[in-house]
Amino acid sequence: MKSTKEYYHSVTLDKDKCMGCTNCIKRCPTEAIRVRDGKARIIDERCIDCGECILVCPYHAKIAVTDPLSAINEYRYKIALPAPTLFGQFKNLKDCNMIMAALMKIGFDYVFEVALGADVVSELIKEKLKIPDIPKPLISSACPAIVRLIQVRFPNLLNHLCRVESPMEVAAQMAKDEFSKLYGVPIEEIGAFFITPCAAKMTSIRNPIGNESSHVDGAISILDIYGPIASNLKSGVDVEDLHRASGAGLSWAITSGESNSLKIDNYLSVDGIQNVIPVLEEIENNRMSDLDFFEGLSCSGGCVGGPLTFENGYVAKNRIRLLAKEIQNKSKKIMNLSYVKKNMNWQIQKNIIEKPVLKLDENIVMAIQKMEFLERINKSLPGLDCGSCGSPSCRTLAEDIVRGTASEMDCIFKLREKVRNLAEEMIELSEKMPAGREQKGKGENKLYE
Amino acid sequence: MHPDLSTSLCNNSEVEPLIKHAFHISANDFVSAGEASQKIKNILKQIGVNSELVRRIAIASYEAEMNLVIHSNGGELLFLVTPSEIQLITEDTGPGIPDIELAMKEGYSTASQQARELGFGAGMGLPNIQRNADTVDIRSEVGQGTILKITFKI
Repeated sequence: MKSTKEYYHSVTLDKDKCMGCTNCIKRCPTEAIRVRDGKARIIDERCIDCGECILVCPYHAKIAVTDPLSAINEYRYKIALPAPTLFGQFKNLKDCNMIMAALMKIGFDYVFEVALGADVVSELIKEKLKIPDIPKPLISSACPAIVRLIQVRFPNLLNHLCRVESPMEVAAQMAKDEFSKLYGVPIEEIGAFFITPCAAKMTSIRNPIGNESSHVDGAISILDIYGPIASNLKSGVDVEDLHRASGAGLSWAITSGESNSLKIDNYLSVDGIQNVIPVLEEIENNRMSDLDFFEGLSCSGGCVGGPLTFENGYVAKNRIRLLAKEIQNKSKKIMNLSYVKKNMNWQIQKNIIEKPVLKLDENIVMAIQKMEFLERINKSLPGLDCGSCGSPSCRTLAEDIVRGTASEMDCIFKLREKVRNLAEEMIELSEKMPAGREQKGKGENKLYE
Repeated sequence: MHPDLSTSLCNNSEVEPLIKHAFHISANDFVSAGEASQKIKNILKQIGVNSELVRRIAIASYEAEMNLVIHSNGGELLFLVTPSEIQLITEDTGPGIPDIELAMKEGYSTASQQARELGFGAGMGLPNIQRNADTVDIRSEVGQGTILKITFKI
């Protein structure tokens, strides 16, 4: 699926619900939101679709646009690609086949676990780690929000990205290949739909980071499909033996799952985008060159903490852990690795390019001048970071003023100062009488002389 | 700081810097350690210095800041941007480096036990700065202090 717009974003604003508060502008890791005219506005170039604003908005005004379930009907053959996270949404789930059967009952012709794609991807990353002189730590490219964060804020680290396609992309190719061979149908007639815990994945399908187009044809939110699956489970499903992924593959849904699957010791895994940022700063400062692998996940707990999930992230995390343990040794091993390497796009093809949205100007001399101006404005602002101006901090307001998208009077303290000065001037003026008239003050003074 | 040292190092910039920031760095202040370097890095990214140069400056400024925290009695970190170069200058009030040549060697360190426990003092500070900078000028007098001037060409 390919996007027509330069910037496609799954994360969008429901204007009617937005109260214009400061919750989202404060939380956004790329300072991509401003409140203008009483409503939040997302700056397209900066948004990385992490979904932090969706999680924090008390009015549910931030939403992730995903495909409706009916979208699957655009294809003659429909494949569901459930994210490993989906299996953590149900209480006392003992057998992954139950969920897969419930998906079949919804109308899918085939269900292929993304966890199985993860099993393959783990092997491919293991090979990458063996390449001599590869920049260390190798940074996981699994979480699209983190990859975009690196594009925007840490372009220095782009060459550390491991550039193996996501389990979702690998699974989509494996699923279509398998289905088309099994039933002798052309690949073009097959639609593969990712059952997604997050907005960032939706954006990656429409607007892939390192490739022209995605092999996935749409994404359905876990929140949208949770109800139909639950009701199918209640009314009963015909369980088939479809589940093949390993416990390690399933564990990609939770923090450290990916790292553990690589069977290495020297890794660091961090979840929650606000926690990932300081570690990326450390890597950028060359303070982690002794580390082999870094796994950064935007959501707390890993994908189970995604904004489109139903179950509490930590509850789901525990379920995935138990389920993975349960199926650990029952895995029906993966497809031939050399087959995947030969026939599928498993590497991120294009260069992942820097998105220099933080730059004040294309011309460095101009940028330096603007920076000097920015510093001067910043010093004159109160430094309270109250957000009333609609920018997340005083410094960001200074930046917005320099960029010409805000004015100093947007600061309520500045405005008040100006009003006070004007009022003083008015009083001063009101005391002045035309020269021909007797000056009131002087006259009174005369009385006391 | 010895007045001769100060004039010889700091008064030779021909062009008035467009951006100038002075950070006071206190000795053994591990709470704020690294904050000045962080601010410098953010400014560099905003003015659009190419990312490879940002990386080099970030590494050097972090090491220089840490040197002030760990080894000095406290001092100033100066960050200057002119159209042609970026300078980091640290000036401290002692104790001074007795043997600069030795201090520039990889692995050599005089870090305190407290600092080593925190993972500092691997003896890579100055060599790391040297490796990433275009020019490094270091002057020191025992009992007076040290001035370190690190220059990067834009």
